[in-house]
Amino acid sequence: MDKRFPPSTNFMLGNHACVEGALAAGCRFFAGYPITPATEIAERMAKRMPEVGGVFIQMEDELASVCAIIGASWAGLKAMTATSGPGFSLMQEGIGYAVATETPCVIVNVQRIGPSTGSIFGQQADIMQARWGTHGNCHEIIALAPSSVQEMFDLTVDAFNLSEEYRVPVILLTEASVSHLSESLAIQGTEEIKIVNRRKPTVPPESFLPWDAAENEAPPMATFGDGYRVYYTGHLHTGEGYPVLSLPKYPLAEKALKRLSSKIRLNIDKITRVETRYLHDAVTIVVSYGSSARAALRAVLEGKNAGIKVGYLRLITVWPFDHAKIRELCASADKVIVAEVNNGQIFHEIERSIGSSEKVVPLLKLADTHTPSEILAKIEEEM
Amino acid sequence: MAHPLSNIIRTERLPHEFCPGCAIGQIYHYAAKAVEELGLDLNKVVFLSGIGCNSRGVGYVRFDSATTLHGRTLPFATGIKLANPNLTVIVVTGDGDGVGIGGNHLIHAARRNLDTTVILYNNGVYASTGGQVAPTTRYGAYSSTTPYGNLEQPFDLCDLMTAAGAAYVARWTTAHVRSAIDSIKKGIQKKGFAFIEIVGQCPTYFGRYVLGTADPVRCLKWLRENTIRREVAEKVRAEELDGKIVIGEFTDRERPELTDRYEKLRQELGKIK
Repeated sequence: MDKRFPPSTNFMLGNHACVEGALAAGCRFFAGYPITPATEIAERMAKRMPEVGGVFIQMEDELASVCAIIGASWAGLKAMTATSGPGFSLMQEGIGYAVATETPCVIVNVQRIGPSTGSIFGQQADIMQARWGTHGNCHEIIALAPSSVQEMFDLTVDAFNLSEEYRVPVILLTEASVSHLSESLAIQGTEEIKIVNRRKPTVPPESFLPWDAAENEAPPMATFGDGYRVYYTGHLHTGEGYPVLSLPKYPLAEKALKRLSSKIRLNIDKITRVETRYLHDAVTIVVSYGSSARAALRAVLEGKNAGIKVGYLRLITVWPFDHAKIRELCASADKVIVAEVNNGQIFHEIERSIGSSEKVVPLLKLADTHTPSEILAKIEEEM
Repeated sequence: MAHPLSNIIRTERLPHEFCPGCAIGQIYHYAAKAVEELGLDLNKVVFLSGIGCNSRGVGYVRFDSATTLHGRTLPFATGIKLANPNLTVIVVTGDGDGVGIGGNHLIHAARRNLDTTVILYNNGVYASTGGQVAPTTRYGAYSSTTPYGNLEQPFDLCDLMTAAGAAYVARWTTAHVRSAIDSIKKGIQKKGFAFIEIVGQCPTYFGRYVLGTADPVRCLKWLRENTIRREVAEKVRAEELDGKIVIGEFTDRERPELTDRYEKLRQELGKIK
């Protein structure tokens, strides 16, 4: 039974495009809990999952939702949940567990204003929570920031592919303003959509070490029920997966811990993507992502028309952050304006990349998204 | 001589890390015996636990298995069972893990009648952190966080699980070996949510703090002397049950099971389209 969306051009809601992207990527398990502005994802999943032979379940809370998708992933299904700020906070322990157990899964966070209940207005609120929300600091995470309905589909597919390749939870950091946008969406045929599936063990169960891999890769993953009898734990573990209580006594456990970061860092060129326009002669560069990139592009185009040497740099991958690439792209500019809808998060990463606080200028807004004229005014001010 | 359960126990990991006289070894033994006696395909059995003393046991059984997050074992079980209903999912949890931090998930898994078997080891304290009060600690009992005695009433977990909708509910102690194994077998075979509470000795904390002894044999004798069969308990006055552990089967019923219902839905949708 294949009821995936046929190749077509559609007028679709961002959150619905996310669902169709997930199904196209092979997602067959969704667990979630209602929360504005993410609820449309659960609602459409509830209808679509049984149609495609998958599973939808509404759990009792977000703690349960993230744990259920980890379990489903162990049992062999590509799995996803969706939430917003308060629920994302609740999921942090589970996200850390998925990192530690190297469990592929996708978490959609339709960001809204915090702290606490905040409001349902969109904000690029959780860039840092996505990176550092779970405890510990020996890991990397992958996060993508869609800025259109098309990307709600495309980046959801990418999120699953990256998650399967690197065995890491991938976070789709969308916003109310993108998730609740309706615009055109082109869906390609199945054969044109690139799908990545996790590697499975090729050795017999008795010689399989579930956590043994080179520093730049994730190990093959056995499926529950396949006879490999794998043991998962959030404890620091050896190559066999058993808990260890002392690092000096178990150098292999230290190696396994470092790999949680190195498997991502050593592939940063393959993972991170940016969109650039007019950078070759830009004196001023506007850096943005997500919803603010839409206004930034319009502002840059208007600036260009007015004869201003301004360039456009959009982060598609937010994490891992490729400081070297940003430094190189911004090297010849005099000013780098960082437009984001929060109190300054990526701004500080750009400062770290460039190493000059005079050159990097924030353009911050606390809710919804920038207007092109606000960004254009800043471009003119910084000339 | 090979360990008689070496196909089930990860004997290469022995000796285990539990206190002398701990009940966890017994409870895993009951579960392993139940699986063996039922002749289940060992490649299709999943053992899950949360966090706490009990959770360490799952690393000693040779199954697809996981030590999950504190209190969240049932959501993991829900994901696994719905993703592959052919797997037999067995959850071993403690009272703090299962009904303290994880109470909400336990209630909802029972309500959904998810086809899993939960074996809850009730030792009446938070033991791995050093003997703090639990939602199952007796009224008035001393613990490291009730130095003046427990002011709260404990849960009756079997009443709770029956009310929440479990298909099978039973309670035994580590002094009732055969009954405990038989109930676990019955629970595994039951299509639906099965809950087996096993009240077990914790000589290190419950023994020392409440019974005044760290001797496991005296703890076990106390368990045997303080139990009363459900059939007998129903006939005596309430005062006579004060401080007693009521053992037996409390619930055994047929209710629609979640993975069954989901599969039927998928089949119906397949016919319409």
